[in-house]
Amino acid sequence: MNAFQVSKPGFFTTVQDLGRYGYLRYGVPISGAMDTFSLIAANLLVENNSNDACLETTLIGPELRTLANTQIAITGGASPKINGQQVPMWQTLTLQEGDVISFGKMEKGCRTYISIGGGINTPIVLGSRSTYVRGGFGGINGRQLKMGDVIEGSRTLLLQVAHKMPDKLVPQFATKIKAHVILGPQADMFTEKGIDTFLSSQYKVTIEADRMGYRLEGPLIDHKAKADIVSDALLPGAIQVPKDGKPIVIMRDAQTTGGYSKIAVVITSDISMLGQAKPNDIIQFSEISVKEAHEKLKEHYRLLNNLSGMLIKCE
Amino acid sequence: MRLNLSAVSSNHSRGFYMVSGKHLSARYLPFGDNALLIEFADVISPLVNSKVTALDEIITKAKIQGIEELVPTYRSLLVRYDPFKTSHKQLASRIKNIEERLKDFSTERPCEKVTVPVVYGGEYGPDLSDIARYHGLTEEQVVKLHSSKEYRVYMIGFVAGFPYLGEVADEIATPRLETPRLKVPAGSVGIAEKQTGIYPCEAPGGWRIVGRTPLRLFNPLEQPPALLKSGDIVIFRPISEEEFRITAQKTSKENLHEHFRGTTRE
Repeated sequence: MNAFQVSKPGFFTTVQDLGRYGYLRYGVPISGAMDTFSLIAANLLVENNSNDACLETTLIGPELRTLANTQIAITGGASPKINGQQVPMWQTLTLQEGDVISFGKMEKGCRTYISIGGGINTPIVLGSRSTYVRGGFGGINGRQLKMGDVIEGSRTLLLQVAHKMPDKLVPQFATKIKAHVILGPQADMFTEKGIDTFLSSQYKVTIEADRMGYRLEGPLIDHKAKADIVSDALLPGAIQVPKDGKPIVIMRDAQTTGGYSKIAVVITSDISMLGQAKPNDIIQFSEISVKEAHEKLKEHYRLLNNLSGMLIKCE
Repeated sequence: MRLNLSAVSSNHSRGFYMVSGKHLSARYLPFGDNALLIEFADVISPLVNSKVTALDEIITKAKIQGIEELVPTYRSLLVRYDPFKTSHKQLASRIKNIEERLKDFSTERPCEKVTVPVVYGGEYGPDLSDIARYHGLTEEQVVKLHSSKEYRVYMIGFVAGFPYLGEVADEIATPRLETPRLKVPAGSVGIAEKQTGIYPCEAPGGWRIVGRTPLRLFNPLEQPPALLKSGDIVIFRPISEEEFRITAQKTSKENLHEHFRGTTRE
């Protein structure tokens, strides 16, 4: 079922699900939503599976023309409009053929998720619909949306009930982000002062920030001697520090191996919030043990597993 | 039309690499809350890398509960795990046992040999003449040196399917370009210091390009998607422009998305 036609693609809009797992050894990054919490919420609000594919927008949203009566939900940071009228986020929205979705200025956060009833239907490549632009596969022909693209949904029957996210569960995207990290794997390549600096300073997201990673600006982090390593594996959340002492946070489309020492890795439950960071936002890192991180992760999964039951039914 | 790599599989044959090294023991480092990094050393060495490959193979076969994915690299093995099914501690002790056994392991292990046809020089290898000049060699000598050695695939990384191969003869080891190219064509074979590698897709890059292969190194529609894997052996075979064109036609990636059309949701 053709759900939307793209009249304006926005700054960088792609199809994403929860990611492509199991191919790191072949150099294929995980990809998937930068803010997985918002993607899952958008899906559950239209009774999709958590892993269904949504549109992920970046800073400037797209303009979409509705081709058939359908239901959507919009989550993340945005100010969506339908036919020019502001509409609420974090709830089921029913659209009629001809309705136009557009976006105002992104006030908070960086990315928005648009779910469509039944999920976006694009081919599954290596187990996922996520777009990996650098590799040229996944999503719509392996690229960002362009004008004229047609977005295909998978459900024709509309839901009888609408759902709404309780206010207390709606994330507040701040311009100051706290991220817990586990030190290592190469923390021993840094001086004590270097690690202190990293954990006690504020780092600003520079303009070089995209789905691959963020270069940060702030107090320089000292290495004991060399800064480079013989390349080894990377995962989203890893923080590399090159010789210049300025940290780089690895995100979901990054290359799978890298040659800079890694001072720490952001814990899984904090990566979604990090996925909403935009240039000039501030990140402050704090240390946590593996055990504490697992406690937080349990809590995080408990919330995700119970989320659909916590949604409020609307008339 | 189903794309296939049949032109490629005939290039595979069996070979062996040595695994020994009694004095290498690994460090077990936390990598965030869902991965463990087993680090053998911080050097590029066939010995270290064969430890990584052997451990990768043995852990894969052992099917240890909670392990989600293994990523072998030059000198370490990343183990991504499900923290609700296992823990850093449990995994580390289980794998240390396996590693102990690996220490007394001094045997020949099978590996795959892949012959990669390359057209050297000219528009296909724009840096061949500079490399020759840099070392005071002729282009023919550089080609001969590059194509007369067996290279080990140390790891796949950088972009999907990119093999890091080593090591080239000292006579042709050359630093990277001072200014990387914004676009290196797919199939380009490059040299960076003692490493050599192949760009599977068009990408920015600073390696010095000596030639180009018509083979497709990565195809997301194949299983596995990459032609090469860690531990394989690669041999470059110089070919003519004509052979390049014929092979390229066979492995053409045109209509890649044609293939996708009509795929339905499962």
